[in-house]
Amino acid sequence: MKLNIIVLAKQVPDTRNVGPDAMTPEGTVNRSALPAIFNPEDLNALEQALRLKDQFPGTTVHVLTMGPGRAAEVIREAMYRGADGGWLLTDRAFAGADTLATSYALATAIKHVCPNVDLIIGGRQAIDGDTAQVGPQVAEKLGLNQITYVEEVKEVKEVTEVLAKASDQGRAKEVIATRHIDGGVETVESPLPCVLTVNGSAAPCRPRNAKLVMKYKRALAPLELAPGTSYEDLPYADQYGKKAYLKIGQLTTADVNADLAQCGLAGSPTKVKNVENIVFKAKESKVLTGSDEDINGLVQELLASHTIG
Amino acid sequence: MNNVFVYCELEGTKVAEVSQELLTKGRKLANTLGVQLEAVAAGSGITGKVESQILPYGVDKLHIFDAEGLAPYTSKPHTAVLVNLFKQEKPQICLMGADVVGRDLGPRVSSALHSGLTADCTALEIGPHEDKKLGKTYENLLYQIRPAFGGNIVATIVNPENRPQMATVRSGVMKAEILDPNYKGEVIVEDVAKFVPETEYVTKVLDRHVQAAKNNLKGASIIVAGGYGVGSKEGFDQLYELAKVLHAEVGASRAAVDAGFADHDLQIGQTGVTVRPKVYIACGISGAIQHVAGMKESGIIISINSDENAPINTIADYVINGTVEDVVPKLIKYYKQNSK
Repeated sequence: MKLNIIVLAKQVPDTRNVGPDAMTPEGTVNRSALPAIFNPEDLNALEQALRLKDQFPGTTVHVLTMGPGRAAEVIREAMYRGADGGWLLTDRAFAGADTLATSYALATAIKHVCPNVDLIIGGRQAIDGDTAQVGPQVAEKLGLNQITYVEEVKEVKEVTEVLAKASDQGRAKEVIATRHIDGGVETVESPLPCVLTVNGSAAPCRPRNAKLVMKYKRALAPLELAPGTSYEDLPYADQYGKKAYLKIGQLTTADVNADLAQCGLAGSPTKVKNVENIVFKAKESKVLTGSDEDINGLVQELLASHTIG
Repeated sequence: MNNVFVYCELEGTKVAEVSQELLTKGRKLANTLGVQLEAVAAGSGITGKVESQILPYGVDKLHIFDAEGLAPYTSKPHTAVLVNLFKQEKPQICLMGADVVGRDLGPRVSSALHSGLTADCTALEIGPHEDKKLGKTYENLLYQIRPAFGGNIVATIVNPENRPQMATVRSGVMKAEILDPNYKGEVIVEDVAKFVPETEYVTKVLDRHVQAAKNNLKGASIIVAGGYGVGSKEGFDQLYELAKVLHAEVGASRAAVDAGFADHDLQIGQTGVTVRPKVYIACGISGAIQHVAGMKESGIIISINSDENAPINTIADYVINGTVEDVVPKLIKYYKQNSK
């Protein structure tokens, strides 16, 4: 059995390491002060895909990401770890997309580049938005089932027995996965194709493979080239002619035949009314040191007022 | 038509607390808008068992979907229930819990109906909106307010054109209050087959283990919470010790959870649980908005931090400038000495 797998990945600003210069005085986000990273849970998703590739030779794993030229970094990074390649979905018309417009763009691209997809796997959520919405919204747009909050893909199998129930017809392949639910775990089975979203607590992604780094280090998306230049102008230009995998696929709205009314800001039902820096209502604090005297005094005060005890 | 809807999440026949919190909020929003509050409950063997847990919150109309395939929850049948019901009823607002079920279901419904959805809101209000570019003004929109960008800013989101305006809210953010134990709401037992085609039952749940929550953070009167400054998983041991002597519960910030110092279900904040204890002892917590959003209504806040300028100190009643490993054992020692 061979599987066609697409991993949805996003390049995100590292909101976990926000320094004092991350916000401008006007209260907007200073993106340049934050390093751009591979969204952490998308790496967990990639690992689940690569495990299936290990298990079923001939399986392909491609990364689909939406973003500006530099977002091709996540595709290259995934290739260093075992992915076969990917597509950078990039267009000014995608700018300002909320989760719904993003899912429209991704779903439209998937239909275009991989109509026979078996599994679409992404991280549960991206750290710059924390919404966990794009995975399920892509599934719905493609009419596919979904398994969210996945801990581990247990098994992918071909279905051979005769299926009695009408709803089971067409089940050629199935996936079994464990998922975290509130207060517990669940093991579920779904027919393929299916969308999976993977938790950060799932197995971490394997590191880069040195051979793959050598093989793919010159892989570039067209947008990463200097303006006005082409692959022919690069050193090692002959390599790009011989090795197609060094040209990372790039897709615009026109390439995937996207309806512009559903893309970017225009296709986003949610609008940001305003954004503000929250100023906490400062209290009159009593400031103490960690000395025995201060701590003892505090405990006595809290006990006397029946706050504790 | 154009009413406020709340999707009620069920475990068996028990309505989730977060749903009752949202019904309470939904009632207030409906009053402001002068419309009715409607609720949706979908499960198996629930007719006759869920009404008394839903109607008293001021629900005017309860739609019950009772069929074998609707429990335990799976994505597609519940999506079909809401999508087809909403096509018929055209709600202006739909609220659901921001837990595993709500975050699995909400996006699918919004995707199918092409409506806007805002996750993990910390406040919901009704107000006007002016789109200066289009020169259009809107009355009575739902303000969906949430910390964004890792909790470093707070954004107000509106959905001017698309309906329903959808929002998810975490457990504990809103308060559940019964409006009237005898509130007279209409109960409609819907014909599930009309809403959910047989082909939607595609996920098979092979195995399921659910335990009641191990902690009682939401109901705790004292909470000892640890942040990244606690330094390690072992560092949390002394917080547990302090919690034990104070009869408190232990919580954690997202940074501590992400670092693996504490379990995910201990997370307090916008993407965890919201708490309102009498006393909140923040140990090595810097105080990102995302965290403060989940504990700012605590009675007395004590911050132990080696950084005098930690943002949390501005909302603390007592600031102890010191390290967690130095101060916490002293708190234990002097509590034992003084409480005898």
